[in-house]
Amino acid sequence: MCLAIPGKIVEISGDNAESALVDVAGVRRKIDLGLLQDDRPVPGDWVLIHVGFAMSKISEGDALDQMNTLRALGEIDGAMQEVQGYGLEEIDDVEISDAEIDDAEVNDAEVN
Amino acid sequence: MRFVDEFREPELISRTAEEIRRLAGSDRYYRLMEVCGGHTHAIYRFGLKDILPENIELIHGPGCPVCVLPMGRIDDGLSIAQQPDVIFAAFGDMMRVPGTQGSPLEHKARGMDVRIVYSPSDALKLARLNPEKHVMFFAIGFETTAPSTALTLMRAKTEGIQNFSVFCNHVTIIPAIRAILDSPDMRLDAFIGPGHVSTVIGCRPYEWIAKDQDKPIVVSGFEPLDMLQSIVMLLRQLRAGEAKVENQYKRVVPWEGNRAALRAMAEVFQLRPYFEWRGLGFISQSALRLNDKYAAWDTEQRFEVPGIRVTDPKAAQCGEVLKGVLKPHQCKLFGRECTPEHPVGALMVSSEGSCAAYHNYEHRKAAMATSLTSIA
Repeated sequence: MCLAIPGKIVEISGDNAESALVDVAGVRRKIDLGLLQDDRPVPGDWVLIHVGFAMSKISEGDALDQMNTLRALGEIDGAMQEVQGYGLEEIDDVEISDAEIDDAEVNDAEVN
Repeated sequence: MRFVDEFREPELISRTAEEIRRLAGSDRYYRLMEVCGGHTHAIYRFGLKDILPENIELIHGPGCPVCVLPMGRIDDGLSIAQQPDVIFAAFGDMMRVPGTQGSPLEHKARGMDVRIVYSPSDALKLARLNPEKHVMFFAIGFETTAPSTALTLMRAKTEGIQNFSVFCNHVTIIPAIRAILDSPDMRLDAFIGPGHVSTVIGCRPYEWIAKDQDKPIVVSGFEPLDMLQSIVMLLRQLRAGEAKVENQYKRVVPWEGNRAALRAMAEVFQLRPYFEWRGLGFISQSALRLNDKYAAWDTEQRFEVPGIRVTDPKAAQCGEVLKGVLKPHQCKLFGRECTPEHPVGALMVSSEGSCAAYHNYEHRKAAMATSLTSIA
């Protein structure tokens, strides 16, 4: 619950641009942007997510550092489970390995 | 120290640790409280204590929302959810927290409709999907999660969703710090300030700690280097006889906080006159409830709340541990009756609780050392 999960804004939607599709290590889910009204992110921006709400904008470097911190804290599976569960989606039983997360980061880097 | 190599600038980490030893000297003892449960977890996980000099003691603070919730509130919430056609929705962290008659998960096993949600907005989605049921969201957390609950309630009101309510257990960090500073058995020199709570409230609300109480506070990030740098900043202030609010976590925490989040909280919540905290007792103006505009979505207005009060098991010393008077392993139940698998007190449930953190890292380390010694 107190995890801050870094995600990259892929697409912004909603009547008042109040939600966004984010990519977290390859998993894509909708999150709420309502708490960033004063400093609206655009696609390509990185945000820190708490309980399905973007809470602050951060740099790409800080986003990768935060992912690294979650991994080192042993919280990465919990974080990915949280993200997978956003929108009441069924959670896969398959645990996401560090290798897959690294792959996802590499893929992101390639896209950039 | 474990994990250092995985982080940025391992050399800088060693230099910072060296700087801490130099600043700390040996002429006095420093008691620093990390307010946030996330910091507690990180300190154990990264083995930070192993590299700090012996005259720096880290005291674990009250910043674990699951840990400070009195058992009576869990019983209250579960008792409301006993009624027909009520869905009990809560974050995963709540699911294993024991109530008098068992945890929410155990109630689910007995037939209660209990759902894990990862966001308050998903509790609202449950209400949309189940119009014939009432969805009660059991809300917990400090200012990190309270704005999300507030915004969800604003959306429920705009959409006119009737079958949704929030059982509000949101608490605020500043009154808890005040209560700890007022506690006669607590002697602290300085604070490591919470990172993510400060994303919302900013740094200003801490100014009284420096001005009125003469204690330094540094808002800190969660990486090993962040926490070590914060300790350096605190020691420099203490050596210079200063007391200021400083922000080590500038890359995420703006001095003024997140105004949109604060506006959402102001729209929906009002302060309760007082609220009970596990281990700390009743603290005035320390928790949030829904204001009159949101009465229709307030579980406590829509349902009869029993108002259950439960005394913690006598042998469990959660209160003393929570205030930092006792270390986790000094509690009589630690590691025997109370383990992460079978928690008696909430400090053993959450990974941010100091007992669970201590059990997972220090205790095992000690056990390993003992077995190695016996082999040798």
